[in-house]
Amino acid sequence: MTMSYAAWILLTASLVGITCGLVGSLLILRRMAMMADAISHTVLLGIVTAYLATRELSGAHMLIGAAAAGLLTAVLVQWLNHRGVRQEASIGVVFTTLFALGVVLIATKVGNVHLDVQHALMGEITFIPWERIDLPWISQLPWIGSRFGSVPEAVALLSCVLVGVLAIILIFYKEWKLTSFDPALAASLGIPVGLMHYVFMAMVSATAVASFDAVGAILVVAMLITPAAAAYLWTDRLSVMMALSALFGVLSAFMGYGIAVWLDTSISGSMAFSTGIVFLASWIGSPKYGAAARWIAGRRIAAGKAADGRTQP
Amino acid sequence: MGGTDGLSGILSLSQNAQWVLASTMMLGMASGLIGCFAYWKRHSLMSDALAHAALPGVVVGFALIGTKNLTVMTLGAAVSALLGGWLIQAIRSSSRIKEDTAMGMVLSFFFGLGIMLLTFVNRMPGGNQSGLDSFIFGQAAAMIRSDVVTMSVVAMAVVVLTLAGYKEWKLFLFDPSFARGLGLPGKRMNTVYMTALVLVIVVGIQAVGVILMAALLIIPGLSARYWTNSFGAMLMVSALFGGAAGAAGTLASMMGRGWPTGPFIVLAAAALFAVSLLFGVRKGLVAGFLSRRMKGRRARMRDRGDGAGIDAARETGAVAAGTGLAAIRGDGPALGGKGR
Repeated sequence: MTMSYAAWILLTASLVGITCGLVGSLLILRRMAMMADAISHTVLLGIVTAYLATRELSGAHMLIGAAAAGLLTAVLVQWLNHRGVRQEASIGVVFTTLFALGVVLIATKVGNVHLDVQHALMGEITFIPWERIDLPWISQLPWIGSRFGSVPEAVALLSCVLVGVLAIILIFYKEWKLTSFDPALAASLGIPVGLMHYVFMAMVSATAVASFDAVGAILVVAMLITPAAAAYLWTDRLSVMMALSALFGVLSAFMGYGIAVWLDTSISGSMAFSTGIVFLASWIGSPKYGAAARWIAGRRIAAGKAADGRTQP
Repeated sequence: MGGTDGLSGILSLSQNAQWVLASTMMLGMASGLIGCFAYWKRHSLMSDALAHAALPGVVVGFALIGTKNLTVMTLGAAVSALLGGWLIQAIRSSSRIKEDTAMGMVLSFFFGLGIMLLTFVNRMPGGNQSGLDSFIFGQAAAMIRSDVVTMSVVAMAVVVLTLAGYKEWKLFLFDPSFARGLGLPGKRMNTVYMTALVLVIVVGIQAVGVILMAALLIIPGLSARYWTNSFGAMLMVSALFGGAAGAAGTLASMMGRGWPTGPFIVLAAAALFAVSLLFGVRKGLVAGFLSRRMKGRRARMRDRGDGAGIDAARETGAVAAGTGLAAIRGDGPALGGKGR
């Protein structure tokens, strides 16, 4: 017996959650949340261009096209920014334009046969389990081969990206920490801050691309930003934040799938919704930076003052 | 693709299409104007978040009435956009989350919720024909007369509001403390501005769509910055660009069946931005290049000019000396030449 349909979907979404959680932690510390929003939209243009050039929807072509589009976004934003346009305005111009171009190309050149806009936004996680590839060595193994030899393409792609992202983060952990928290100090220590910015952008693009096909642009944004923001309310340590953020991503994936099945509605929409619920819970209930904890602390201080006022005439 | 040229294309449009065209032009002008405010208030991405946040409201508005009634849906959109704006503010001020993160969260959360609700409504009897999907990318062709009227009225109101309070708005944007000193109600003006911003967004989403509506607010204002440094002129240019983009994009999208309007409008605006970036007189690339060239040439001319003057003086001196010497020696020019 092989893995069930639901299990593949949950595995795919969990892989998205973990990868996005790791990258997202760095993203919000570097205050580049909206940049991620931009890149996850412009990836569409890369995918469309790759499709128009090769006329096939294969993983490798799309990956290259989308990574190029992501990098193009980063470079254009940086360039406009250098020319005196404020960061937020340049992000706003670049990503809407590139995204509009992608949508127009789909509407006029591609038609709704293989690639449509709905797919781009909401993903096709429902179809993920059917688009399989055979893994080269594992499929020949005796017991495992029949069960895990043939995996959905998205799972293979996401696993590769996760391994890559994890490796880059672990190897340069100290450098990432320094450039995220104190870029000036990092630069003075001789760490190539500019290069790391582009490496990071490439990482965000790769994550966005791999997740995009599975879950669509909107869930990528939700998974990149929201679990990391929730984790940020629980801890001050980067390593803990990354772990928590990945955990929250997986939690949102399971919760979202549950909601989608329960209400029979869009899976990736429900998962995006669930990330928001996880954040809301953290925002209210986190013992460290939550609203309730703040309120109680405020009350205690007020009560203390009142008590002081009574004892000291 | 109907490859007719512009004018005969417009003339051959049906009357309804002409109305739609006029209203998207008005919408473009209004968002060009309010976009200038957003530019100076640094609300470019905020408007993007607000536009996305409007989606659940549109769907709920539809579900409540059961038919596509633009007034109710616009009301719903306004409520949910304002709720999104309030959430961003609340998250930012009551936790250590930064504004851009809060915007990204609200944007994706509301959009996800909107898609969830949309899937629901599309299953409702009659829901599938509602054309609610067109709110994502905009479908101006689907607009009916009453939609056109609603959109035009709101756009007109924004234009009047901007022009009537021009001086006050200028103070509000550029010197809030002085404005307060003059007794202008800063808080109330902010509310009016936010209301106008949200109104333009929510009436615009039917034509442009929730995903790209922000572009129509951001791009014309930014393009206008390349032509002028005066706020009044910026408003004019921005309204002009916005109106042109709205009209051109709508026209282009009418050439194919089912083509979404929003992306075409955004591409038209982006084309105007590219032209401004290249040829704008204030900070455009060509202007910058020319002024650098001119400066360089002037500097070189000055150098060469001074140099030439000195050379000339030297030469005349030398020649004079040469002639003097020549008068003695009889071989002037050679000496003058050697002297250089």
